[in-house]
Amino acid sequence: MDTRITNVVIAGLGGQGVIRAANILAETAFRAGLDVKQGEIHGMSQRGGSVTSDIRFGEKVYSPMVPDGCADYVLVMHPTQEDNNRHHLKEGGNFISVTRLLGEGQSKLSDLDSDDSTPVTERNCNIALLGILSVFLSFDDALWEAAICANLPARVHADNLAVFAYGKQLAVR
Amino acid sequence: MTKDLEPQLLSGNQAVALAALHLGVSLGVGYPGTPSTEILENFSLIGGRAQWSPNEKVALEVGIGVAYGGGRTLVTMKHVGVNVAADPLFTVAYTGVRGGLVLVSADDPGMGSSQNEQDNRRFAVAASVMMLEPSDAQESYDFLFEAFRLSEKWQLPVLFRMTTRVCHSRGIVRPHAPAIPDMDPGFVRDPRAYVMIPGYARLAHKRMRQKMNEIQQWNESADLNRIYEGDPSLGIVTSGVSFLHTREAAPEASVLKLGMTYPLPIEKIRAFAKTVDRLLVIEENDPYLVEALRTAGIPCEGKAEMYRFGELNITRVKRIVTGDLTDETPPPPGKPPQLCQGCPHRMAFAVMKKFNCIIAGDIGCYTLSVLPPFETLDTCVCMGASLGVGLGLRHTLPAEEARRVVSVIGDSTFAHSGLTGVVEMVYNPPETGHVLVILDNGTTAMTGMQEHPGTGRSMDHQQTGKLVFENVIRSMGVPNVHVVNRPQDFEAVFRESLAKNELSVIILRKVCFLAEPKLAQYEAATRSSKD
Repeated sequence: MDTRITNVVIAGLGGQGVIRAANILAETAFRAGLDVKQGEIHGMSQRGGSVTSDIRFGEKVYSPMVPDGCADYVLVMHPTQEDNNRHHLKEGGNFISVTRLLGEGQSKLSDLDSDDSTPVTERNCNIALLGILSVFLSFDDALWEAAICANLPARVHADNLAVFAYGKQLAVR
Repeated sequence: MTKDLEPQLLSGNQAVALAALHLGVSLGVGYPGTPSTEILENFSLIGGRAQWSPNEKVALEVGIGVAYGGGRTLVTMKHVGVNVAADPLFTVAYTGVRGGLVLVSADDPGMGSSQNEQDNRRFAVAASVMMLEPSDAQESYDFLFEAFRLSEKWQLPVLFRMTTRVCHSRGIVRPHAPAIPDMDPGFVRDPRAYVMIPGYARLAHKRMRQKMNEIQQWNESADLNRIYEGDPSLGIVTSGVSFLHTREAAPEASVLKLGMTYPLPIEKIRAFAKTVDRLLVIEENDPYLVEALRTAGIPCEGKAEMYRFGELNITRVKRIVTGDLTDETPPPPGKPPQLCQGCPHRMAFAVMKKFNCIIAGDIGCYTLSVLPPFETLDTCVCMGASLGVGLGLRHTLPAEEARRVVSVIGDSTFAHSGLTGVVEMVYNPPETGHVLVILDNGTTAMTGMQEHPGTGRSMDHQQTGKLVFENVIRSMGVPNVHVVNRPQDFEAVFRESLAKNELSVIILRKVCFLAEPKLAQYEAATRSSKD
């Protein structure tokens, strides 16, 4: 296991599940035995405004905030939030936008809901993005799955595990 | 090992809650406020006894009563809440306590969700109360144990100063064995300690100063303050979350990390200063440590004024270390928060805008009506200020302008500090009368749907006594009190009220659409428990 600090920023709009996705990633790293710090923004930003969460993991992590231009990965969960979150990314970092989930002819997240060919919906695209991210990180699937299940109600476990697998396979393809 | 003693990934707030449980805190009291709210919510959730008070002053007073009675109490609030609770705070510092009393002040450098970024380390000095500053979730857990130990050893209150990043950041917490005391609540009459008439207070003040001197001596060698040895060419004195940024921004530096920042271990700092070539203080907001060191004759460098504003982070600490005074690049603007599209109270702002009102606003979701699309709010100072500020405007402005002034307040804020404003309105009515609009959405929406006295449910959503606003306001002597349940009916009532030279209160009652499903569940639970 790589012991240097990995920096991830997850960004989106209030109510999209940014914090939930961040919790799942942090918990996966924690279950892998790494030190983890996760910074969140609460309060006003929840009223439909921009939300970001910083997740940092490695052998020893002090600060809960990813320095500007130092993110190895930036996950953006809303198409309108791409430009204002690029500054987090380091040179050569990986920018993973939700637009990657949109199929041909789809322009907005709600278009996902009417597409029966994928298990992704507007509501669970945060988990699909984690699936894409998982390909770049060296955590076992079992750790991811345990973290997903620990952070979501039982009735949606199967759907979200399927969405996670879909994201993963999308990245590999 | 029981499950809650295994390592866990917790926020600072959750860590404080878990520590409170492991310390056998008999009652947690507070008022919701970002970033402090989740402490008591989690404490209640994991089995602790906790309750919301109508405001922070009452919360601290209840806490003082618990501590006088020999119980352990945790009192939580955001930084500006301590302003409200300052009156009892300054005097409980004199009386001291029997059971442990720890007051959490959750400061908000950078104002993620606050009206100012006041630095409550100043309160510890002003009131002379011990202050502990954890930097992460593990320390939030560990330091709470230390805070109660100190409070009970010295029989004095402790200020537990957290900041947004400490409260809301998650990290790994390794809990230790619970330390639940054999509590034996009972009142021991001691008027010289607890009745602060001047004759007793003079003695109490001296007693407190004597104790603080002893605590300062104790703190000189306490392991709450730690030295991380490094290159002696740069020594950094720091505390709280700034320590975390410092370790990554200047990993080679020698660091003195302070855990107890009032009273300061000043001789320890002086000795540390002698071991390094350059002494730099890294702290957020006010130059609190810098001033204390310089007063004690310890030469040190502080941060430039530009870094006084907002939070610190690794990048900013690097800039402070290198003395970089060039302009910082602000991050690109994101989407600002707004009054929810489905908010039932949007209509009220549209109407007030139509009547070209001067709106003395208050603290809550509705403060967001200052932003597009409404851009209507004209003032927002602090909790409850809509009443006083609105009345002051009515007293001063020419009559035609005064008649356009309205005060707007939410339900939780009204219970917090709107009631005394109504008393003022009845006692000193402006010549043009006044109109108060209470936007009652049935919950404390801004901080995440907490209960309050007007909902008739306790923190854990069980039925309890209910403050019925219209009854209270009528009995206070307001002649015109209207309850409007349909937003579309608001305009007619508002127009009529505005035209009168009388006192009117309009309660627009429609629950927050985000809270509606939960509120329906609570109501159903209450009904079934009655059957």
